[in-house]
Amino acid sequence: MSKLYSGAEIVFKCMEDQNVDHIFGYPGGAVLPIYDELQNFKSIKHVLVRHEQGAGHAAEGYARSSGKPGVILVTSGPGATNVVTALTDAYMDSIPLVCISGQVPTHLIGTDAFQECDTTGITRPCTKHNWLVKDINDLARTIHKAFEVATTGRPGPVLVDIPKDIQFQKTKYKKPKKENKLNGKSHNHFNQNNIDQLIDLMSKSSKPIFYTGGGVINSGPKASELLRELVYATGFPITSTLQGLGSFPGDDNQFLGMLGMHGTYEANNAMHDCDLMINIGARFDDRITGKIDEFSPKSKKVHIDIDPSSINKNVKVDLAIVGDVKTVLSSTLKSLKQKKSKFLKSNKQKTSKWWEKIQKWRSIRSLDYIGSEETIKPQYAIERLYELTKDKDSYITTEVGQHQMWAAQHYKFNKPNRWMTSGGLGTMGYGLPAAVGVQVAHPKKLVIDIAGEASVLMTIQEMSTAVQYNLPIKIFILNNQYMGMVRQWQELLHDKNYSESYTAALPDFVKLAEAYNCVGIRAKTPEELDDKIIEMLNTDRPVIFDCMVDKVENCFPMIPSGKPHNQMILGPKDQENKKITGKGKSLV
Amino acid sequence: MPNSKSAYSFSNKKEKFDTHIIVVWVDNEAGVLARVVGLFSGRGYNIESLAVAQVDEKLKISRITIVTTGTPQVVNQIKLQLRKLVPVHKVADFKREDKAVIFKEMALFKIVGPNNKLESALKACKKYNPILLDKTKKSNVIQITALRREIDKMSKDLKKFGLVSVSRTGAVAMTRGAEIFK
Repeated sequence: MSKLYSGAEIVFKCMEDQNVDHIFGYPGGAVLPIYDELQNFKSIKHVLVRHEQGAGHAAEGYARSSGKPGVILVTSGPGATNVVTALTDAYMDSIPLVCISGQVPTHLIGTDAFQECDTTGITRPCTKHNWLVKDINDLARTIHKAFEVATTGRPGPVLVDIPKDIQFQKTKYKKPKKENKLNGKSHNHFNQNNIDQLIDLMSKSSKPIFYTGGGVINSGPKASELLRELVYATGFPITSTLQGLGSFPGDDNQFLGMLGMHGTYEANNAMHDCDLMINIGARFDDRITGKIDEFSPKSKKVHIDIDPSSINKNVKVDLAIVGDVKTVLSSTLKSLKQKKSKFLKSNKQKTSKWWEKIQKWRSIRSLDYIGSEETIKPQYAIERLYELTKDKDSYITTEVGQHQMWAAQHYKFNKPNRWMTSGGLGTMGYGLPAAVGVQVAHPKKLVIDIAGEASVLMTIQEMSTAVQYNLPIKIFILNNQYMGMVRQWQELLHDKNYSESYTAALPDFVKLAEAYNCVGIRAKTPEELDDKIIEMLNTDRPVIFDCMVDKVENCFPMIPSGKPHNQMILGPKDQENKKITGKGKSLV
Repeated sequence: MPNSKSAYSFSNKKEKFDTHIIVVWVDNEAGVLARVVGLFSGRGYNIESLAVAQVDEKLKISRITIVTTGTPQVVNQIKLQLRKLVPVHKVADFKREDKAVIFKEMALFKIVGPNNKLESALKACKKYNPILLDKTKKSNVIQITALRREIDKMSKDLKKFGLVSVSRTGAVAMTRGAEIFK
């Protein structure tokens, strides 16, 4: 008991007790004592990234795909500032991260010392909480508290800033006391009355819809199971936000597809016309609601969320149920079985007209596009990628832009934790390092980053990380040489003034792959696409796949800014009312 | 907004603003005030005045009193967002019109001038528990405790008597009667 440990040792003792198996980091002057101890803790593997932002996104990918917190270790000054984007990204998308940063020694704080910055000041608005540890005796307690804050309630990033002298000082280490998580810290603030009200609303509704989000994923795989049970028991239609994809099977008939700005016609119209909206773990983001004053005008709204501040933030709701999705769903199912055991039967007739309406919207086939035999349509590329990988339990990450929306529209997810994308912050450059983190957590699984050529260049250096650790990630670039989403907005709203959205000097991605000592594959025509994808899948090394796609394809359907859900643009020929040909027409 | 060129939609709705006094009990630790104030500035909430001091030496609890304005929805968000901060213990919210709550602010006025003006100044403050903290032949420092608008008024009215400097605190609040806020 009386053994003394250095601050650096305590950092790892804490990680051991928190069952950390991987950390993502980059050494530097102010964390050298911690790096010095790394070799003495064999159960903790360090992944050396090439830029601290990459460490952050890799930890996010790790966390999102495994349900465990992602751990980052960076140095002071630039090490800490470089990770700020990833912390902000994790804060927006509720991803549990614990970032340990080095700091200049306590006696130098405030003197503008070399590589000093006010790390806790800079990261205060982009973390759930952060700490500057100025006393070695506070270190262990602080780190354990950090893990607790990151992983409980609505998850999110935290940061612990440790000055270099604290890393050298010695003290005793005590294991954390196993706290009863529910002891006064329950995040469930609902009662049976709320559940009864919900069931009452459900039984009265003739035009219901479930609108589910990332909260279902964050609540754990059990929550997705319960969600499926509830959706099947009620027979209600369900739509999902970008972050919620995978919590309900994407190919199920009750699933209307993603909603929001680039959501399906049926999902958005159903949201607009419904009489009961049950929001489970989503937050009425502006990409979802469109014009807020005309958002679903005739519906009763129920909001299930673990974070009380999400309730009534953007949209006023009629019934708020504050609690963990899993717990709320299991209570709801229990009550439903007790009180309305024949719910599905009694409800089928009531909602039959609603389903007819939904089928009409569905028949518009809003995700269809005009195929081509000469150029690869980006949507087609994703469809083929999906068809060729759907039996493999694959993990998909994305960058940000058109390719991200096409991936969300055309890749169907059947399990939670398989889809890692930057939704809230919209961070270009997220997908490649996130794929690194996902592959670290799931070494045997297929991990694909569906990327754009502009986004991927923002963090391309992490290919070097993938090669170093033999992480066979697949970077599937939809290369249209434009910042596609920027170009699309310029076309729609700025009179086709494509200001600075074309990248005139792109690298040769195949040669780039070779330079990184991984594999480069290029596909130029729809004809060769399948073979090339299969070649990629058969390569047990990191691959950069340069998929040359149509340069000017736009992402549809789309709710233009300032418009409500029922005023979508369906496609390029929407006005002329021309028929859009079906998928798969490009080759046959 | 027929032809918005924005990636965001705009709302032209104007809602009524109310004045609220938010009282926050926090751990008195480094950076805690920055967290609270940063939350207000970061989310675009308004701070009219702020008063903060430790109130429990043993438990190291500070009490922060913030006067803010906002729509009911915004004020509700302020409370809920504050409650999410780790060092925050509890948050109370009072409307300025609330009769069950006492609000007080303190002000120090420095008056420089001939004796008759100094006396007139002191007299003018009579309603607000004036205390003469310092007196010289040419100057007075007067302390008053009053409501915000009363201090606003006095700051104007005392000009003619030779007011040269004003220092004032933010509002502090306490419920009337034996009840305390839990």
